[in-house]
Amino acid sequence: MVIFLAKRVGYMLLTMLVVSILLFLLLEVNGESVAVKVLGPYTSIEQRNIWLENNGYFRPLYVRYFDWLFGIATGDFGQSIRFKAPVSDILWDRLGNTAILGAATYAIMVPVSLTLGVLAGMKEGSALDRTISLTSIGTTSVPEFASAVLLAFIFVFTLGWLPGTSAMSGGFDPVQLILPVLVLFLYGFGYLVRMTRASMAEVMQTPYIRTAILKGLPYRQVILRHALRNALIAPFTVIMLQINWLLSGVIVVEFFFAYKGFGALLLEASLNQDIYMIQACAMVAVFVAVTTQTIADIGYTYLNPRIRLGG
Amino acid sequence: MTVPILEIKDLCLSYFTRAGEIPAVVDFNLTLNEGETAGLVGESGCGKSTVALAIMNYLGDNGGIVGGSIKFKGRDIVTMSKEELRRLRGADIAMVYQEPMAALNPSMTIGRQLAEVPICHEGVDMATALKRAEELLDAVRLPDAKRILAAYPHQISGGQQQRVVIAMALLSKPSLLLLDEPTTALDVTVEAGIVELIADLGHDFGTSNLYISHNLGLIRETCDRVFVMYSGEVVEEGSIDEVFQSTRHPYTTGLFSAIPMPGSDKYDRPLVPIRGQLPLPHLRPKGCNFGPRCDHFEAGRCDNRRIPLDRLSEAPRPHAVRCIRWDEIDWEAYRPDVTMVEQMEPGERVLRVEEMQKYYEITDRSFAAMLRGKNIRFVKANESLSFDARRQQTVAIVGESGCGKSTFAKVLMGLETATEGRIRFNGDDIADLPVEQRSPEQIGSLQMVFQNPNETLNPSHTVGSQIARVIKKFGIETDARKIEQRVFKLLDTVKLPRDFANRRPRQLSGGQKQRVGIARAFAGNPAMVIADEPVSALDVSVQAAVTQLLMEIQRDHGTTLLFISHDLSVVRYLADRIVVMYLGQIMEQGTTDEVFSPPYHPYTEALLSAVPIADTSFEKRRIVLEGDLPSAMNTPPGCPFASRCQRHLGDICDTTPPPIVEPEPGHRIACHIPLAELQAVPPVFSQKDDGDGGDTPVVAA
Amino acid sequence: MTDNAIRSARPSKIMQYLRRAALIRESWVGSIGLGIIVFWVAMALLAPLLAPFPPNAQYVPFMAPGFNLPPTGTFWLGTDHLGRDILSRLMWGARTVLFYAPLATFCAYAVGILMGLAAGYKRGWIDDVLSRSADVILSFPILVLYVVIITTFGASGINIVLAVTFASAPGIMRIVRGLVLDLRNRDYVAAAQTRGESSLYIMFVEILPNARGPLIVDACLRVGYVIITIGVLGFLGLGLPPPDPDWGGMVNETRGMAMSFPHMTIFPCIAISSLVLGFNLLADGLREVSLRD
Ligand SMILES: Nc1ncnc2c1ncn2[C@@H]1O[C@H](COP(=O)(O)OP(=O)(O)OP(=O)(O)O)[C@@H](O)[C@H]1O
Ligand code: SF4
Ligand code: SF4
Ligand SMILES: [Mg+2]
Repeated sequence: MVIFLAKRVGYMLLTMLVVSILLFLLLEVNGESVAVKVLGPYTSIEQRNIWLENNGYFRPLYVRYFDWLFGIATGDFGQSIRFKAPVSDILWDRLGNTAILGAATYAIMVPVSLTLGVLAGMKEGSALDRTISLTSIGTTSVPEFASAVLLAFIFVFTLGWLPGTSAMSGGFDPVQLILPVLVLFLYGFGYLVRMTRASMAEVMQTPYIRTAILKGLPYRQVILRHALRNALIAPFTVIMLQINWLLSGVIVVEFFFAYKGFGALLLEASLNQDIYMIQACAMVAVFVAVTTQTIADIGYTYLNPRIRLGG
Repeated sequence: MTVPILEIKDLCLSYFTRAGEIPAVVDFNLTLNEGETAGLVGESGCGKSTVALAIMNYLGDNGGIVGGSIKFKGRDIVTMSKEELRRLRGADIAMVYQEPMAALNPSMTIGRQLAEVPICHEGVDMATALKRAEELLDAVRLPDAKRILAAYPHQISGGQQQRVVIAMALLSKPSLLLLDEPTTALDVTVEAGIVELIADLGHDFGTSNLYISHNLGLIRETCDRVFVMYSGEVVEEGSIDEVFQSTRHPYTTGLFSAIPMPGSDKYDRPLVPIRGQLPLPHLRPKGCNFGPRCDHFEAGRCDNRRIPLDRLSEAPRPHAVRCIRWDEIDWEAYRPDVTMVEQMEPGERVLRVEEMQKYYEITDRSFAAMLRGKNIRFVKANESLSFDARRQQTVAIVGESGCGKSTFAKVLMGLETATEGRIRFNGDDIADLPVEQRSPEQIGSLQMVFQNPNETLNPSHTVGSQIARVIKKFGIETDARKIEQRVFKLLDTVKLPRDFANRRPRQLSGGQKQRVGIARAFAGNPAMVIADEPVSALDVSVQAAVTQLLMEIQRDHGTTLLFISHDLSVVRYLADRIVVMYLGQIMEQGTTDEVFSPPYHPYTEALLSAVPIADTSFEKRRIVLEGDLPSAMNTPPGCPFASRCQRHLGDICDTTPPPIVEPEPGHRIACHIPLAELQAVPPVFSQKDDGDGGDTPVVAA
Repeated sequence: MTDNAIRSARPSKIMQYLRRAALIRESWVGSIGLGIIVFWVAMALLAPLLAPFPPNAQYVPFMAPGFNLPPTGTFWLGTDHLGRDILSRLMWGARTVLFYAPLATFCAYAVGILMGLAAGYKRGWIDDVLSRSADVILSFPILVLYVVIITTFGASGINIVLAVTFASAPGIMRIVRGLVLDLRNRDYVAAAQTRGESSLYIMFVEILPNARGPLIVDACLRVGYVIITIGVLGFLGLGLPPPDPDWGGMVNETRGMAMSFPHMTIFPCIAISSLVLGFNLLADGLREVSLRD
């Protein structure tokens, strides 16, 4: 088990390393264009050269890479062009906001999806199953920006119940969180429902469920003790991997509702060619994604006695 | 008279699908008294499992009981409430399933799965329940019950899993036990142990059993009464003696002629297939379901109306038959037409395997292995195999699962390469030649027939194009028309209609797919064909037809046939030589007669005895091996069979590889027991004194 | 039957495919999905004929649905902030979406299938290299990847196709690889190997056709997903350059005014959602039908 863990973590670090190389190659290889981005397009060649010299861009590529990597590893992401402040000052704040948004979404999405998925999968083909399945297909078909528009139209414009932006300018306000969370939930829950349903339906078809029923166990026990445990292994992985999806989703939602989070930051940085901010955001996003993937893998192994104890 | 345990009257069961109602079982009647074992026998799809599940009133979402009654100790199960049913299930009626691995919950320990039964039905606490579970594991003769209680299903072997399932069924002392093919997924020597256990438990626990199987031999060895089913109906029922000795239904007689019997082989009693195939439930013919396949069919009578189940006597539980002509047919004189096989002289040597060895390297990723620092281990799939095969000869390789048969086939075909040793095929050494490096002639002259009919053909291409591809590939013909003609000719050879060329594999039955597989293998005029269990996935009545076909083509082409099988009794009907393998090594080899008569290798002897026989005129010596097949990962240093051998001599067997003795030239036995002693062993099968069978000698001396 | 009759009885390949495709009728969910898709395809193809106005022509801005401007005609869905007819823009926008989304999906499939076949059939180091690379790409949150790629290389149709290919091919590869790992153990593959067929033949003739069922279902879902992606990119201002109509872009341009003139924003949202719904329903129907036989 220790070896397995060490392997997984090592593998995770390796992925991060490769990603960092890719990012570096994509964004930093051409020092000239970095200078243009940092100093703006209306600067002279001399100005750029001085800047390049001062910032060590004339050193060999690998030296620059390791220097850059060291900076990132120690939390020094450089200076943001757009915000005129150290990247890390802004980043952690924004990340915290997004974490709140994500946690709220998960707190609703996971229990609702698992319950609906299990209910649908328990009796495959029943009216309840069809209803739940079709609903989930319907909601996953509506892109986040579309549901944001529609929900804002209903709750903000027509009914006037909720605020239309979530900038939190007057301090943290949970009411402003409702619409962003709802949008993320609507788009994301369908996938989880369908995975849970498929997993549950498959388990319900297995001979060991038949064994449990023919042992004379009450139906509740068959479901709770025999079916759920096996049926929830696959959705567990999906839940962890959905965090990756969430990081995409927040870009749209935060942009739409002007929520000061990580997604909006990344977008703003990209649109403004704020190169160091883009690097930092991308590295953080990948770090979160890879970490959850690793946890998902470890959890899957742990939940599954066949893998845990060898076959 | 006391109430019977189970009384089923006029039961009709149907499944409701998109295609409409499918009557799975029609007019089923059965009475089972206390302590009795009834057998339900029939080919796949005839409705056996449906009956068993109906007794539990559990037919799934789309199945239902459409008529009749099922009385358990006088109470009708059909009309019971959900709660009553639940209390009955697992407590009074329990079931044992075909696939023990699938029947157990993979993420729960065995202890908890067992303990649930008494907790649920008797309300005892966990500790008591576990104690009971442990006792029961002892009763089903599982050593080390404590360890097994704490284990997960995947940590124990198939035979052990089935014992656990049986223990689970017996935990609440049910009065009726339903056994649905309880040994089909197991190896034959393991099966023998389970069968013996079931028989003993019947006495110890006083249960009445319903034993379901497709194997007449097993039914004969376990049951008091037998019900033969065909296409949803019972076609013949009676006591074992009545049905097995004075068979009165053409289907039952057909089944008996299609299965191997001890004491006969391909020269004196070839297997006789039943022609045609099982009708699909919604395509059943009018009148007698068996009509289209019956040799005694009489138009106007047999296809007129439903055939009733006729009683042959006035006894309370008579021998009964669903055939209107049962008293018109001269059963003694009737002989189905078969072509007798001529004995053939083997030709020159085609294949010589010398000291062939195949090890697989396995990286053991478990923590313990890492600590020991030995994480590379070897699976010794094949260990110094040596044997020959000649032109026109059929050589059978026999052994239980994991003995290395398929590995050998892979090396021969070049899908794997040997670790050590030589394989001379037509003079060239091909042991180290992967298929990519073989010449087209070598490839074309060595072809294979595969085991699984559903996988042997590519579902995306038509039958014709798949055969044509082989012809093109081997350059037999190049002109499109000629290729087509040859495809048609090959279809003729395997007795399939020519318009099958346009069909897709899913439109074919299992037997037909295997025929196409045979056509494909013979398309390139091979010198040798390897058939890896070509019939073991087919129904009994079709098996014989495919086997016969294979032999016929082999004879016509003078091909060498290497027939791989787990079933010693089938092999007797087609092999000239037999090679018996165990854990990657050859235990015995010789001509068919030599292998089937003493001196036996102890493993051959046990294997012969383990095969259930359907012929009531024979008796066999029962040898039940202890334990399960060991894994090829840790083969013992001495005799591979030492851990289970019934004639184990002592330390020498565990430590020293056995020498090879040769009672006759070419007949080799690997065992420490002196030859004289082996020769003194009596034959496994002997004719019953009161038997009225033929006068064939039991074994060739 | 004579041999010639057998030959002529052979059904043509196209007929066979049509017959199989017609099976979708058996699932009403799938039929509805197909109906929606056919509707939008027709809209896109017939836009030059059916669209009441040129997509970029400007009339009276901010007009509500049903607005009638004699003698020019009726603006069924109203006009946008620049006075362009929304209905016409939606029809022309359907062309953009229905061109780029299937094209991008197709490219992603071409690459993903090649990689998946190679990884699953060849195994060994090829598999290791391909799978590890896929892991790396998939570890990016997908929209982050798009945003980074598009902002670096610029927004254009071809870049969107390339970005989608780059980001989706690894996912497709994983699916294909999984299917191939299962199919490569079938006896018919062994039969092909034992008659000395080349790896290419085995991968493309023996294995790939049998993986098509799940792949077609997945492709439907993926087209829907790519439509969303293109919409999102347009919405974020990273889509196709204006003024040509693009549904996501239409939402982006007008959303600031959505509170006062909701029709300008809501109709493009409905259009994109309905098209995606069509593909998702079709995928569900296909899965249902394919499970039946
Ligand atoms: N590719 C492989 N890697 C590792 N071990 C293998 C491999 N193939 C087979 N083995 C092992 O080699 C031994 C012999 O296997 P083989 O498949 O030849 O047995 P078999 O007699 O054909 O069994 P069955 O009757 O179940 O088909 C088994 O222990 C098996 O687990
Ligand atoms: S009723 Fe006729 S067709 Fe049926 S088994 Fe008897 S003889 Fe054969
Ligand atoms: S050598 Fe020993 S263990 Fe092996 S078969 Fe002979 S008697 Fe049995
Ligand atoms: Mg095998």
